[in-house]
Amino acid sequence: MENFNYHRPASVDDAVKAATARPDAKYMSGGMTLIPTMKQGLASPSDIIDLGALKNSGISVGATVVIKAGTTHAEVAHSAEVRKAIPALAALAGGIGDPHVRNKGTIGGSVTNNDPAADYPSACLGLGATIHTNARKIRAEDFFTGMFSTALEDGEVITAVEFPIPRKAGYAKFPNPASRYAMVGVFVADTADGPRVAVTGAGAGVFRASALEAALGKGFDSASLTGTPVPAKDLNNDLHASAEYRAHLITVMAKRAVDAAK
Amino acid sequence: MDNGTGIGARVKRKEDHRFLTGKGNYTDDINLPRQTYAYFVRSPHAHATIKKIDTSTARTMPGVVGVFTGEDVAATKLGGLICGWMIHSKDGSPMKAGPHPILALGKVRYVGDHVAVVIAETREQAKAAAAAVDVEYGVLPHVVDVAEAMGHKAQVHDVAPDNRVYNWSIGDEAATDAAFKRAAHVTRIDLVNNRLIPNAMEPRAAIGYYDTGAEHYTLYTTSQNPHVARLVISAFHGLAPEHKLRVVAPDVGGGFGSKIFIYAEEVVCVWASKFVGGRPVKWTAERTESFLADAHGRDHVTHAEMATDASGKIIGFKVHTKAAMGAYLSTFSSCVPTYLYATLLSGQYNIPNIYAEVDALYTNTAPVDAYRGAGRPEATYVVERIVETAARELKMDPAEFRRKNFVTQFPHQTPVIMCYDAGDYAATLDKALEIADVKGFAARKAASAARGNFRGLGYSAYIEACGIAPSAAVGSLGAGVGLWESAEVRVNPVGTVEILTGSHSHGQGHETTFAQLVSDRLGIDINNVSIVHGDTDKVQFGMGTYGSRSGAVGMTAVAKALDKIEAKAKRIAAAVMESSPDDVEFRNGAFTVKGTDKKMAFGEVALSAYVAHKFNSAQIEPGLKESAFHDPSNFVFPAGVHIAEIEIDGDTGVTTVVNYTAVDDFGNVINPMIVEGQVHGGITQGIGQALAEGAVYDKESGQLLTGSYMDYQMPRAADVPSYKLGFTCTPCPSNPLGMKGCGEAGAIASPAAVMNAVTDALGVVDVPMPATPHVVWKQMRHLKKAAE
Repeated sequence: MENFNYHRPASVDDAVKAATARPDAKYMSGGMTLIPTMKQGLASPSDIIDLGALKNSGISVGATVVIKAGTTHAEVAHSAEVRKAIPALAALAGGIGDPHVRNKGTIGGSVTNNDPAADYPSACLGLGATIHTNARKIRAEDFFTGMFSTALEDGEVITAVEFPIPRKAGYAKFPNPASRYAMVGVFVADTADGPRVAVTGAGAGVFRASALEAALGKGFDSASLTGTPVPAKDLNNDLHASAEYRAHLITVMAKRAVDAAK
Repeated sequence: MDNGTGIGARVKRKEDHRFLTGKGNYTDDINLPRQTYAYFVRSPHAHATIKKIDTSTARTMPGVVGVFTGEDVAATKLGGLICGWMIHSKDGSPMKAGPHPILALGKVRYVGDHVAVVIAETREQAKAAAAAVDVEYGVLPHVVDVAEAMGHKAQVHDVAPDNRVYNWSIGDEAATDAAFKRAAHVTRIDLVNNRLIPNAMEPRAAIGYYDTGAEHYTLYTTSQNPHVARLVISAFHGLAPEHKLRVVAPDVGGGFGSKIFIYAEEVVCVWASKFVGGRPVKWTAERTESFLADAHGRDHVTHAEMATDASGKIIGFKVHTKAAMGAYLSTFSSCVPTYLYATLLSGQYNIPNIYAEVDALYTNTAPVDAYRGAGRPEATYVVERIVETAARELKMDPAEFRRKNFVTQFPHQTPVIMCYDAGDYAATLDKALEIADVKGFAARKAASAARGNFRGLGYSAYIEACGIAPSAAVGSLGAGVGLWESAEVRVNPVGTVEILTGSHSHGQGHETTFAQLVSDRLGIDINNVSIVHGDTDKVQFGMGTYGSRSGAVGMTAVAKALDKIEAKAKRIAAAVMESSPDDVEFRNGAFTVKGTDKKMAFGEVALSAYVAHKFNSAQIEPGLKESAFHDPSNFVFPAGVHIAEIEIDGDTGVTTVVNYTAVDDFGNVINPMIVEGQVHGGITQGIGQALAEGAVYDKESGQLLTGSYMDYQMPRAADVPSYKLGFTCTPCPSNPLGMKGCGEAGAIASPAAVMNAVTDALGVVDVPMPATPHVVWKQMRHLKKAAE
């Protein structure tokens, strides 16, 4: 790991100022991705701006579920309110990484990083979440722009993620056998605007599976998905799974997510 | 001795408290004054010439105290790494061993090959400077797949133009061919035994230290056999004579074979200390280095044929194997696919004619050497896959086909060297069938099918040869060393005991089991016994721990030394009690005189031995300390029947091991709890091989694609069921304790059991390991398409 300068600002404004002044600076929330990446020499930021002192964590449930950016996965998983409002979201958070990661990693960090195999982006896209930053609000559709890439401007920082409450939702993950990241993760939601299906792990970034959404439009039931293929084109093809296998798993996981939806 | 801590007691491991509370003392925990840190420059290419190495920038980097290349090593005339077992090809020619310098000279031969070392004040400084060493390579063609290595245009070593190290054979080819001519049925199978990466929890580490005053070297290292390391570094590298080199292997966190070998990095550390002013040089492998540069295991490609007569008796067996050696011959690599492999091809069966041929081949990959089971898992995989397949082809029950062909008379001389001394294979089979509830399998399979899933049952009736090994026998087969073991028993004046053993514990629990033997024999509390091992300055000599030998060989040496202790203690007790030694009896920790009420406790005799007032020291030497060497008269032959029951998710291809039964015959057992732990670990490693693990090199680039846990799947606790274990016992006749070995059995047996179950579930023969969900799904899709 290369040396870096460490900052621990006490306010969002100070954090943004610190980041904007230093082009090679990186925000750090839980550090569960950033630190291993730095250890491997894959990232060597000049400055780390630790967001821990912002104490920006907490969950509020009203017409929507608002989760502050610094809230850990464990807090979401164990939140009685989230479990009641969107059980699938709590279940998803409870299945991220391992206990260590869940107790350090945060929703803001995960969504900002937009790992193509991360769990949270599928919930954001599947539920039609709104990403709140220090500067604006961004719809999930517009936020995730590709592998490790988001609509965030330089220095812009997520402050909260706001989830509409669906009629029901479910999440099913097929973990990569080695890393246990999602090789295919499918989040399904029965929303006021119709069914939504978001897929993580299978492509270059999270995406909606329109064929499956159309099938669920005939009835939010796993039987509706039987025989509905997902195109393998553009899906990942690697040591662990071909694009065809991932396409097959998307339908299987979507059915399981629908069966688990509540 | 029935004191609750003797032979057969389920004593909790004495060493676990310190391990579980973080108080172990591993190599990386040791820090010496003025210590420096080494970091290795490694080859990014699978095969290349080294045109030039420019170390000038690195030398000026902060904290750097030395940068060394292969030419620096060559200038000191230090010898290269050796392979200690000579194998001759069937045409009589010796194996073709290419040079293996501790830092590359002229060429690199695999990704991760050791090119140069940077030594600096801190690890970070060494690493940063290593990145500044500028190596100019001339990239050469490479070959990473053993199936393609023979005669490939990429020639790994000049001495082996077709990449073949040897073409070795065993058995009678003509007789076997004749048996095939009269066969009623021939079963054929092609198998790949996937390459594995050992993944000990503790990575390799070393501290090399040259004392400029005493002109004496010390090497702390992660070794399963520190005396062998000292022998090789002295006699073959020529660093220093043995009395000027101390090797210490302190607590070692797992080995599985990978820490038997003498590696370049450790030798570099102890060599380089002299050239950085006698400052200690420390190196601890990063996990990536473990993946790249620890010796890997397995990597065989095999074609096998089995001939049966009309009654279903096996009459002939032919095997041809291509075995990858990697880019260099590691310490014991050559014996693994020969004498540790093909000598077990008779399995538990009476097979009158066997012929096997092995081509060992260089590839541009990490060297391949012994890994838990070493040759015997590969043999068991071939035998048990083809036996299961033959039974299916003959429409015979696989269990009954095995029973029909079992060896039933002992001793049994196989056509491939081994002479099985004891066993009752039908008894283990019967017990396994019962525990596994094979009778209920059909109903369970039907229930799975109703859920859209596939259920399968697979057997593995393994046998292995361990307790390695009779010195004369291995010497006649090409081994460079004898494989006896030594022990010393020191009784202190207060009656406490120190056992110095050449066996090395790196997870096996010797501090407990060896103490149980002493407790049993001397009738003392196991807490009054300590086990000293892993230091060439303390233990006179030892051949180390591998090949499930610590019990059968190492403990037998201790038992022999204890015999001598008892004999001398009786003489002392007799003198003190004014009786004849012939009348003194020793039982439950007390010496008594026949027909009298005279009695001395063991501790009293120990004290008398050192006080030496009450016997004639001209006739009896004071003190109570004895040593023994034990050279076994035969291998030991653990055997058993494992039954795997698996379920495949019809939607995803995920294979779950739902039941796993293991019935093993390990002869007499010292500590059943530790034995069960060994079986659990071994089975889990084998399930890992069958369903999860596989080292993959990219054919195009020669890079290791499975270079971290992101891509290399280790089995986890949640991946395996709660195992159902059973034991049978035919005591081993070749050692006084009647013990066989238990450390490798699980890993030897389980891959075949699991894959026989997977192929049973799918109804096909050809499913490669690891049978990952993707692999199984492809098979299911293929079957579905074929059915449509």
